[in-house]
Formats: sequence, C-alpha cells, structure tokens
Amino acid sequence: MASSTALTNDFAAAPISLRRRLMDWTATGAAVAAVVLVLAPLGAIFGYLVYKGIGAVNWNFLTQIPKPPGEVGGGMANAIAGSAYILMIASVIGVPIGIGAGIYLAEYGRNRFGDVIRFTADVLNGVPSIVIGIVAYGIVVLRQGHFSALAGGVALAIMMIPTITRATEEMLLLVPNVVREAAYGLGVSRWRTTLSITLRTATSGVITGVMLAFARVAGETAPLLFTAFGNTYWNWKINEPTAALSLQVFTYATSPYDDWHRQAWAGALMLIVLIVLSVTAVRIAARRGMKGA
Amino acid sequence: MGVGIQVDKLNAWFGKTQALQEINMTVAANHATAVIGPSGCGKSTFVRCLNRMHETIPEARATGRVRIGDMDVYNGSSATHIRRRIGMVFQKPNPFPTMSIYDNVAAGLKLNGFRDRKRLDEIVERSLTYAALFTEVKDTMHKKSGASLSGGQQQRLCIARALAVEPQVLLMDEPCSALDPISTGKIEELIFQLKERFTIVIVTHNMQQASRVAEFTGFFLLGKLIEFDKTEKIFTNPSDKRTEDYITGRFG
Repeated sequence: MASSTALTNDFAAAPISLRRRLMDWTATGAAVAAVVLVLAPLGAIFGYLVYKGIGAVNWNFLTQIPKPPGEVGGGMANAIAGSAYILMIASVIGVPIGIGAGIYLAEYGRNRFGDVIRFTADVLNGVPSIVIGIVAYGIVVLRQGHFSALAGGVALAIMMIPTITRATEEMLLLVPNVVREAAYGLGVSRWRTTLSITLRTATSGVITGVMLAFARVAGETAPLLFTAFGNTYWNWKINEPTAALSLQVFTYATSPYDDWHRQAWAGALMLIVLIVLSVTAVRIAARRGMKGA
Repeated sequence: MGVGIQVDKLNAWFGKTQALQEINMTVAANHATAVIGPSGCGKSTFVRCLNRMHETIPEARATGRVRIGDMDVYNGSSATHIRRRIGMVFQKPNPFPTMSIYDNVAAGLKLNGFRDRKRLDEIVERSLTYAALFTEVKDTMHKKSGASLSGGQQQRLCIARALAVEPQVLLMDEPCSALDPISTGKIEELIFQLKERFTIVIVTHNMQQASRVAEFTGFFLLGKLIEFDKTEKIFTNPSDKRTEDYITGRFG
C-alpha cells in the first residue's frame, strides 16, 4: 500500500517532458487548423455575398417584382415568397414521408426489405438534382400539362426524403432499448411507444436531420428549372408557375444587364438569410415545444 | 391487491437456443419471491416470460402456461393488456429522458388514454408516496426531468411509474444492481411495504438480499429450476446438492 502511494506521488511530481508538451501543442494546433479550414470557406462565401449583395438590398428589392429587361429597379419580392412557398410544399410532402420511412427502418426494418429501402435511399441521395427535376417533370408537369409550384415542391421533396429518412433512422437507433422496454412494461402498445416515447426522445436529432435536408434543397436550382419554371409576377396558386430565388439568381446572373447582376448577388444573399432564419426559427420553436410538453 | 402466479411447463427460446426448460412454480400472493442463480441461468428470462416481455426480442419465443390470478397470460389476452396488470422494474433505472418526474409517473396512464387531470394528480402523488420518493421531489416534479435524479431516486421513480398503472404483480429484474448500498437499503425497505399490496417477484444476484426480502426463493441453473422452497430452507438446509454448492459460494 505504502509503496503504491509513493509510486503515484512520484508520477505526479515528475515534470512533463518537452517531448510530451510539443506533442500536446502540435495536436491542439492541428485540431484548431482543421476547424479554421472547415470554417474559412463558409466565412469567405458569406463575406463575399454580403460585400457584393448588400448594396442592392433595399426596400424596393424586398417589396417589388421584377421590372421588364433593361429597366433599372424592381425587386425579387415574388421570388422570395415563391421560394418560401415551394419549400413549404416540399416540407409538407417530404417531412412526413421521410420521418415515416425512418421510423420503419429503425423500428421494423431489420430485414431484407429494410436493407433494400436503405440502399435505395442512399442511391437516391446521390442522384444528380437535374435528374430529380426530370422525374418531377414526368410525374407532375406532363400530367398537368403546365409548370407549377406543386411540381417544384415535389422535386424538392424527393430530394429531402432520403436525407430525412436516414437521419431519423440513425437518431431513433440512438435511443437506448431500455427506454422502449420501459414503455412496453407499462402496457403501452408498440406504435404508441414509437410515437410518444422513442420519437419524442429523439426529437432534437430528427429536427437536425430535417433542417439539414431543408437547407440542402433550399438553394437548389436545377430541379426547379422545368418544374416551378419561374415567374416574373406574383403567384400563390399551387398549379401555376412560380418564381424562386435560385431561379431568379440564375436568370439575372446570366443576363447582360449590370443592374440585374447586382440583384443576383443580393438574391443569393437573401437565399442564405432565408435558410438561416428558417433553421433558427424551427430550432427555437422545437426547444419551446419540448419544454412545454 | 396482489394475486398468485401459477407457472406450468414453461419453456423459452432465443432462436434455437433454449433458455428455460420445463419450469413449474407457484408464487404466493402478497409475498416476495426471489429468483437466484449464476449469470446466464435464465432467471431474467423467467420473469420476462411472466409479462410477455420475452417476446419483444426478435426470434425469442416461449411455450407453456402462466396464470396470474384468473388471467391466462399466453392464452386469450393481449400482451399490452397483461403488461398493464404486471408492473416491471428493470436492472438499470430507465426513466423517460425527455419527460418531467410527474410525466414519467403519469406516462403509463396517459399513453393508454387516461385524461382525468385531477385523478392523475392523485395517482402520481400516491405512487410517488408508495415509492418513498414523494417528499424528495414534490416541489420539483413538474419542472425537473426524470433523468436529473440520482440513480437511486431514478430507480424509485421507475417503481412509482410501474405502480401508477395499479398492477397486481410487480416484477423486479435485479433492481439494485446499479445502486449504492444506501439506495439498495431504501429499495429493500420499499419491497417490504409493497408486499402488502402487490405480489413481488425479484431477480437478484445478491443472496443476502434474497434472504432479507423474500419469503420464497427459487434457484435456477442452466435454464432449469433446481429448487424452489421457503427462503429459510433454501439458505439453511437445501435439498439439492447444486443449490448448496451455489449458496456456499463453490461456483457462480
């Protein structure tokens, strides 16, 4: 006993060697450098957008619809609203399907069928967005006979589903099995346990997954080109072509007019602001909801 | 009020591995019965067969007859219905992490559609009192989450949660194995009081615990019930050589 105490004391008293301190600095420095490397592009993109775009953001930009080509002025109000509208449609379709599929995979999908869905979701995640646009064109636009907000929403929803599905599955699998057993032991049925206990325990993780999917599709342009199509006027009808920020940015950036170029930068900035705002809002709402429940 | 349990020819499997063989046992109402044996002998599987928790594991199945009071567990009743009448306390405290203390206790009733606020308040208070936790949490039970309690408190919370659905039998699967001696003492004291209202079956690794809390003890070995008798008899004068070897510490 005495000897082991002495040993411990010797060890604690020994000065930390230069080699160990160097290793410590190097490792810490490498970790910090990695963080900077990850954050630098993000900061650079955002900074450049603000620099180029903030000048064109003004009251008219936020409240007016585009002026005819060549005329100075006008704004992207209809595109901002259109983006929000299309994203809302996409979320209404994509979030329930994605979460539902995730629940199936985590709670019931330990079989061949589950493996097939998992594989399909992973492949779907890698399908180029333009191809998703063609699919939505085929199943909605051709059938309806015209471009529409609904078609754009469907295209984005298809892109959201695999991300949400896999995230939901992962988060539900993180819930310890003893929590499910506690509910079963109280005589709670399986589906009730899944909805009221397992899903609720995993809520914050699932919301992160949904937000990730949302942010990813919010800036998509290709799937909207021949689905939502774009519109120079206001539109609130689900069956009519609708403007979207990403489309407007694309059109303006490739135009020959300087004023439109400035507005394209401002539009790109708005797109990022829109994403940050909605992600933050959902997070706050979710935190409130968790506390209130 | 507690009811008795009658087990006849109970067999249980995990896939192709047989975990329990031809178990027969009669558990007396309003008494505590301990189930002891070395790790892997099937004692947990045995209690999990009593409320059909065994079958929640993929590829697990059981045959035989279990009667709890006048209810035939494997014949004619749904598993959820049975589990509402047979409470269970698990090895590791497992409160619902996102719920307050109050909601944890109310969970069993709420999730089964019980909505009467006033009755819920009464039941939660009574259950927490039975579990000897009420005085410790009465001011904070709406605000603090179940996971914020200490391990021993969490286990008493789980007992309160099980009692809230007013079961007739309480199954405890090594309820003290994750707890310190003081918390263990509290739970054992609780078992003494709970016996008046419930029939208790407790799985334990700790033979002193079995002798302290239980009137009857069953000794399991390799999936078989070797001996079942009054606790005193098992620990002082067992009939079977294997029981004697186990309780005197020759194996396990």
